Amino acid sequence: MARLTPDNLLLARKIIARFPEPRSATIMLCHLAQEQDGYLSPEAMEQVAELIGATSAEVLGTASFYEMFKMHPVGKYCVNVCTNISCQLLGGEELLEHAEEVMGIRSGSTTADGMFTLEDVECVAACTEAPAVQVNYRYFNRVSPDDFDELLEDLRSGELSRTIPSHGTLGNVRQDLHGDRVANITSPSQQVEPAWFPNGDSDEGPAK
Amino acid sequence: MSDTAVDTQESTQEVPKVVSSRFDVDDGHTLHGYTQSGSFEGYAALRRALTMTPGAVSELVKDATLLGRGGAGFPAGVKWGFCAPDVWPRYVVANGDESEPGTYKDRLLMERDPHQLIEGSLIAAYAIGAAQVFLYVRGEMPHAQERIAAALNEAYEANFIGKNILGTDFSVDIVLTFGAGAYIVGEETALIESLEGNRGMPRLKPPFFPAAKGLYMMPTIVNNIETLSNLPWLLSHGVREYRSIGTEASPGTRLIALSGDVERPGVYEVPQGTTTFRELFESERYGGGIRGGRELKMFIPGGASAPWFFPEQVDLPLEGRVVGAEGSMLGSGAVVVMDDTTDAVRACWRLVRFFARESCGKCTPCREGTVWEERILRRILDGQGRPSDLDLLLDVADNISPGPYPLAAHPEAGLEAVPFPPRQTTICPLGPSSVAPITSAISRFRHEFEGKINRKDSIPVTSAGVTSV
Amino acid sequence: MRDIEITEPVEITLNGELVTAQNGELLIDACERNGSYIPRFCYHSRLTPVGMCRMCLVEVDTGRGPALQPSCMIPVSDGMGVDTESDGVAKAQDGVLEFLLANHPLDCPVCDKGGECPLQDQAYAYGPGESRFVEEKRHNEKPIPISELVLLDRERCILCDRCTRFADEVAGDPLIHFIHRGSHTEVNTFPGEPFASYFSGNTVQICPVGALTASPYRFKARPWDLEETESTCTRCSVGCRVVVESSRNKVLRLQGVDSDPVNWSWLCDKGRFGFQAGNSGNRLSRPLQRCESGELSEVGWNTALDSAASVISAAIAGRGPQSVAVLGGARLTNESAYSWAKLAKDVIGTDNVDCQLGDGLPAELVLGLPGASIDEVCEPGATVLYLGPDAKEELPILYLRLRHAADFDGVKIVEVGPTLTGLSPYAAESVTAVPGETPSVLAALLDGTSEHVEASALLRNASDLKVVIGRANLAEDEAITVQTADLIRESVPGATFLPALRRANVRGALEAGLAPGFLPGGATLAGTLPTGWQSMPAERGGGAAEILEDAANGRVDVLILLGSDPLRDFPDRSLARRALAGAKTVISIDPFVNASAEQADLVLAASMFSESAGTTTSLEGRVTALNQLVTPPGTARDDWMIAVDLADRLGADLGVETSADDLAEEMAGFSDAHVVLGDGAPVGDGVMLDISGRDLLTSAEVEVPPANAYSLRLVLNRTMYDKGTLLEESESSAGLAGESVVKLSAADAAPLGVDGSTQVKVTSEHGSVTVAATIDSRVPKGVAVMHHALGDVDAGTLLVHGDPVCDVRVEVS
Ligand SMILES: Cc1cc2nc3c(=O)[nH]c(=O)nc-3n(C[C@H](O)[C@H](O)[C@H](O)COP(=O)(O)O)c2cc1C
Ligand code: SF4
Ligand code: FES
Repeated sequence: MARLTPDNLLLARKIIARFPEPRSATIMLCHLAQEQDGYLSPEAMEQVAELIGATSAEVLGTASFYEMFKMHPVGKYCVNVCTNISCQLLGGEELLEHAEEVMGIRSGSTTADGMFTLEDVECVAACTEAPAVQVNYRYFNRVSPDDFDELLEDLRSGELSRTIPSHGTLGNVRQDLHGDRVANITSPSQQVEPAWFPNGDSDEGPAK
Repeated sequence: MSDTAVDTQESTQEVPKVVSSRFDVDDGHTLHGYTQSGSFEGYAALRRALTMTPGAVSELVKDATLLGRGGAGFPAGVKWGFCAPDVWPRYVVANGDESEPGTYKDRLLMERDPHQLIEGSLIAAYAIGAAQVFLYVRGEMPHAQERIAAALNEAYEANFIGKNILGTDFSVDIVLTFGAGAYIVGEETALIESLEGNRGMPRLKPPFFPAAKGLYMMPTIVNNIETLSNLPWLLSHGVREYRSIGTEASPGTRLIALSGDVERPGVYEVPQGTTTFRELFESERYGGGIRGGRELKMFIPGGASAPWFFPEQVDLPLEGRVVGAEGSMLGSGAVVVMDDTTDAVRACWRLVRFFARESCGKCTPCREGTVWEERILRRILDGQGRPSDLDLLLDVADNISPGPYPLAAHPEAGLEAVPFPPRQTTICPLGPSSVAPITSAISRFRHEFEGKINRKDSIPVTSAGVTSV
Repeated sequence: MRDIEITEPVEITLNGELVTAQNGELLIDACERNGSYIPRFCYHSRLTPVGMCRMCLVEVDTGRGPALQPSCMIPVSDGMGVDTESDGVAKAQDGVLEFLLANHPLDCPVCDKGGECPLQDQAYAYGPGESRFVEEKRHNEKPIPISELVLLDRERCILCDRCTRFADEVAGDPLIHFIHRGSHTEVNTFPGEPFASYFSGNTVQICPVGALTASPYRFKARPWDLEETESTCTRCSVGCRVVVESSRNKVLRLQGVDSDPVNWSWLCDKGRFGFQAGNSGNRLSRPLQRCESGELSEVGWNTALDSAASVISAAIAGRGPQSVAVLGGARLTNESAYSWAKLAKDVIGTDNVDCQLGDGLPAELVLGLPGASIDEVCEPGATVLYLGPDAKEELPILYLRLRHAADFDGVKIVEVGPTLTGLSPYAAESVTAVPGETPSVLAALLDGTSEHVEASALLRNASDLKVVIGRANLAEDEAITVQTADLIRESVPGATFLPALRRANVRGALEAGLAPGFLPGGATLAGTLPTGWQSMPAERGGGAAEILEDAANGRVDVLILLGSDPLRDFPDRSLARRALAGAKTVISIDPFVNASAEQADLVLAASMFSESAGTTTSLEGRVTALNQLVTPPGTARDDWMIAVDLADRLGADLGVETSADDLAEEMAGFSDAHVVLGDGAPVGDGVMLDISGRDLLTSAEVEVPPANAYSLRLVLNRTMYDKGTLLEESESSAGLAGESVVKLSAADAAPLGVDGSTQVKVTSEHGSVTVAATIDSRVPKGVAVMHHALGDVDAGTLLVHGDPVCDVRVEVS
C-alpha cells in the first residue's frame, strides 16, 4: 500500500494547510507516508510531490537528505545504538558490538525475520544517560549488554508493543488545528503588517 | 536500564530555577501543571507582555542581555532588532533540532515543560510582530513531539494561541513541525531551508541572515528552545531579578548537560559565570568527581564543535565570553568529561567521523575535507598511518579552517590561547568544527598519534568504527 | 562575461589599485572586468549565485580587516578592498582544487571535456602536482543516461549545482536534483522519470567538467580539432546566437552564445542538436529530375536549371507570369530571400509569392504592427498580453525569457488563448477562450466587463502594454488574429507587438518581399520601383492558400517550393494534396527530398545551415549573421545562387558581382528598413531593422458560426518535436515526436466515456480521423486539441482553409 489511505490523505491535506507554502509540508508528509508503510516508497514520494506541487525528483532530493527516511523496507523495530562521544566514553561502541553479536547482523542491516534493523547512530540527545539506545526513536537509557538482551526479548515477545509502535510512527499525539481558532495561515504574499504591531517599525517597533 | 531521563538538582533559595523548575513536576507538561507549579505562574508573563508595546518587550529582553543558548550566544533582544524594518510577514522559528554531540537540554525542555516554550514563543512573536511561529523539533524525538502537540492543543483551546489571543488583537499561529535526521539542520539557515521543504543545506551569511531574509525570504527570528524558554521567567520576574543571576555580561542560568566520565552525569541548571568547571565536575551537587576517582585528561566545554580544554582550564568559569577568549566555546552547554583512560586519537576520530557523516555536502571543503580527515584518522587507528599523515591532517584541516585554530593555552609548552571563533573557507561552521578535535588532540597528544603510527599498534576498530562514512 | 553599462560607479581597491566597478555588481565580475579573472566552478552569470564550490574565495576588506569571502556572492560597494592574489587566497584556492580533485577521476584523455575543462585547466595552473589523497576514490556506475540526449558520469561531477539550478530556475523542469547528503551527494533523476526537458542540452554546455555529456557529441572530437564560427540558430524565429563547431567539414556541436538581448546562452534541444540534419545521409547532393520512368534521378545543374528556366519561360509566355507561383522562403537567408523576391517579382513578374504556409500571420500585420523587442516585452515590471502559440513548444527561448521575466523581474503575463500552455504556470492570469472567441473575450477584458476581473485590471492598468501575438490555433482563420490585433490597437493605442512567428526567417523573407502585394522593405506594389529592378508585378497575387487553390484548379503552371513542404506543413491537408497534383510543374528547392518534393518534377539541391553565409532576421526584427563553416554535400548550392542562375537563363542579371553581400547591399540601397545592412555583415548581437513609420494595417471582421452538432471546437497546434523533415533527419530528435492524440477536458471526456487512452473517431464536416483520446487538464471545456504533423493521423484533413473555426464531433470508436 504505497499511496496514502483516504484518512491519511485527508490528514495530509490538513498538514499542508498549516504551512504558508505547501512545500513546507514535505518532511511532515514523508513522515506520514513512512508511518503508514514503515518506509518511504517511490509511489509515496510521487504522491507527496503531487500534493505539494513539486516534482518527484525534488521530493527524493529532500527526503534522501534526511537519514530517518528509509527508502527500502526496514525491520519492525529500528534499534539505534549511539556511539557518539558521550556514549563512546561509557561503552557505546562495545554495546554496538554486543548488539551485532546477539542479533547476528552488522550495523546497517536487518534481521532475517524482519524484526530488527540495527544502526549505529550519532548523538541522540541523551548524553547524560549513556550509553543510550533508541528503538523506533523511543529512548532506553544507560543500557548495559544485559539490559540490551532483555530489551530484545521484550520486543520479540510483544511486551513493549504498546509503548513502541512499529517503525515510522512518531508522536502518538498530533497537533490539532481547528479552523475557527487559527489566526491566519496564508502564503507570505498574502500576509500584511500585523494589526497589533503599532505603527510599523519606524516608530514603536523593536529598537534597532 | 532506568527510564528516568536525568537527575536534576534540588531547588535552592540562592539559585532560582529559571527554566527547569517543572522538570520533576509530574504534570508540569500540562496546562494545569504549568499554571499551578514552577518558579512563575504559567501564562502570566504573556498577559504581562500584552500590556506592553511590542517594542517595550524587545527592549526589556535586550536590557536583560538574554544570550542565545543555541551555541553562538548572541543576545536575543539585539537579534530581534535586526528584523528588516517594515517588511511583513515575519516568522519565529524555535530551533528544537538539538543534535550537537553532548547536548541534552532542549529535549528536556520540550518534553517536560512545553508550555514554557510555547509561552516564550508567543512573547517573541509578539515582540517582533510575527505572523506565525514554527516549533521545529528534531525528528528522532517523538516524545517531545507528543508533549508539544498536546500542549499546543491545550493552548489553542485556551485561546493562548490563534485568533485574538486573550481578547487582544494579538493573533499568531504556532505550528509544530519535525526534522528527519540531519545534524546540520540545527544551523539556522539550514533549518529554514528544511522548513521550506528543501534539503537542509545552509545559506550563505551574508546575505541570508534570517532576520533580513529568512523563511520564504522574509524576516525570521530563529531562537534556541532554551533561549525562548527563558522568556516567561524573565517577563514574570523582570530584568533586575534576571540580571541578579550570573554575571554582568552573562546574566541568568544555563542548562548544562554534564556527560562522560563523571560520577553523576546529568542536566544541571547552573548560573552563568559564577560556577567553574572544577565545581561542576567535583561538587556533590553536580558531577560528584571524575568517575572511579580517575584523573581528568581533557574535557569538551561546549559540544563536539568546541575545541578541547585540559586540566589547566578547569578553574575557568562557565561563561561564554571567558571560554571564548580561552580558545573554546560554551556553545550548547554540553560538557563532556574524559578521564585518563581515554584514547585521544580514538575520541578525535569519533568526533571527526560525526562531522564527516553530517556534512551537508554543499560546499567543497567541508564535503571533501571532513571525509578526508576521517579517513586519515581511521587509517592511523587501523595501524596504517604514515609519519607524514599528521602534517597532512593539519594541512587538510587548515584548508577548511585557515590560520591558527582556536586552542586552549598550554603554559608548559609555551602555547598561548587562540581565541574563538575559527576562520573558514566553508559556508557554515560545520566543516571548521571538524578541525576542533584534530588541532586539540594533536597539539596535546601528538605522541599518542605517533605511537600508533610508529608502532603500528592498532586498537582494532569495531564495526561501529568501520561503518563507512 | 556579460558586458554591462556602468551607471553607478564605485571605486574599489583591487590588488592595491583603484578601479571602477558598478555598485552592487558581483565582485567576481568586477574583478574580471578589471583584469583579474577569479577561478570559479559554481558561479554562472545566468544563474542565481550559490557560493558553493568556494573556488572563488578572495580576501575582501570592508573596513574590518581582510576575510576570505566567495567573490561570486559579494556585491561590490564603495571603498571595498579586495585581494585576489594573496598567499591566503592562493592557499585557499589550492585547497579547494585539491578537494575537488580528491575524488575526481583522472580520465581527461577519454573525457569529452578534456582540453576545455576548467577543472583540468586550473589543476594545471594552480594545483599541486601530486595528489596527497591516497585513499580510494568514490565509485559510481559509469555514465548513466538521464534523458534521451544527456548522460551523467557521477564520478566526474563536482556538485556545483549548475545543471540542477538550470533545470529548476531557468528551464522550470526540476527533474534532476541533488540526492543523498554529504560526500554521498549526487545529481540524479527520480527513478523512472528522466530529465525530459526541452532544454536539457544546456546542462551539458554549463557543466564545468565532463560529468554531463550529450550523446550527439560524445567521443566525436577533441576541442583542439574543432573549427568554429558564430552564427544564428535557424530552427525557429527567436534567432538564438550560437557558436557552430566542426571538424573535418562536419558540424559536430552547437553552443549557445550569451547574447544579452536574445538567448542568454541558452538553446533548446531542437536547436542545439538540429544540426545533425545537415549530416544526414539523406541530404540531397545533386539536382533530381523526374525521368521517363517516373523516377526522380540525378542530373547535372545545367540540365536542371535549363529545364527549370524553360518551364518558367513557357509559363510566362503562355498564361503569363502569374501562372508561376513561389511558395516558401522562410528557411532562406535574407539575401537568398531577396534574390528570390527579385527573381519572382522583377524577372518573372509574378506576385503569387508567399513565404508562409497558411500558418502564420498576414504580412500586413507582421510588417505593420508597432514593434516590441524581446527585451522590451521582458522589461522588468512590464505587463504582457500573450496571444500566441504555446511558446514552450514553438518559441522555446522566448518562453525561457518570459519565464524569467515573470519569475525574477515582476513581469505580469496575461495569457488569452484556447488552452493553457507551458507558460500558464508563470502567467499572472490565464484566460481561455474557445476558438473564434478570442476577440470577444479580449474585448470584455479590455473594456472591463469581463468576469476575469484580475486579468482585466492588469490589462487595463498597464501603462505600456506589450502584446505577443501569433497563431495559437491553426484550425482558426488568421483573420481572427487580424481582428484581435485591430481590437487591441483600438482599445490600447500605445500597445506594441512582438509577432510570435514560427519559421526561422519568416520575418526576413517578408521584409525581403516574399509576400503577395509586397516589395522589399515593406513597400507595396503601389510604391516606387526598387533601385536595381526593371519592373514589378502588374497585379497583386495570392497568398499560400490562394496559390494552392489555383494549383488545385489547374491554374498554376509552375509551382516553386522554395524550401517548403506544403504536404506536411500546410494545415489544410486535402488542399495541399490537390494542389500538388494540380500544378503542371512542381520545382522543389530543398536540402532533402521532403514529402512534397517527392511529387516534384525537379528538385534542386540546396545548401543549409552553416553551409552558406548571409544574414537572418528574427521575429523581433533583429538581423544577425549566418556564417559558413562547412561546404554543402556534392554540388548542392545556396538558394541565391540558384536564383542568380535561373535569372541568368531567363535573360536577367540579379546584380550579384561577388557574393550574397551584394544582395544585402542592394536592398540597403533602397529599403529604409535595411539601411542597417549597408555597412557589411552584422556582427555579434546584430542590428535591428528600422520599421518605424509604416502604414500597412488592414482590418478584418469575421463571422464565427455558432456551435452546432459538432460540439467541440478543434485546436490544432504544434509540439516541439514533430515529424517535420529536419527533425526526422536529425539523429537525436528523430523518434522524439509523440503519438497523435486528441486531448479533451475532463468535463467533455466523461460523458463520452473517455477515461485514459480510449480510441475515438474525430469527425468534422470535412473528414474524420481515428486517434487515442486523453484527458488533459490544460484543455478547457468545449475544445478538442490535436497536434499538427504528428504520426500518421492527419488532423489537417479535418479542416478547410478559410473556415473561421473547425467544429468536430468525438465519438468512442
Ligand atoms: C552546525 C550547526 C549546528 C547547530 N545546531 C543547533 C541546534 O541543534 N540547536 C540550536 O538551537 N542551535 C543550533 N545551532 C545554532 C543555530 O544556528 C542558531 O545560532 C541558534 O539556533 C540561534 O538561537 P539562539 O540565538 O537562541 O542561540 C547550530 C549551528 C551550527 C553551525
Ligand atoms: S553534473 Fe556538472 S553541472 Fe551538474 S552538479 Fe555535477 S559538475 Fe555541476
Ligand atoms: S564560484 Fe564562487 S563559490 Fe563557486
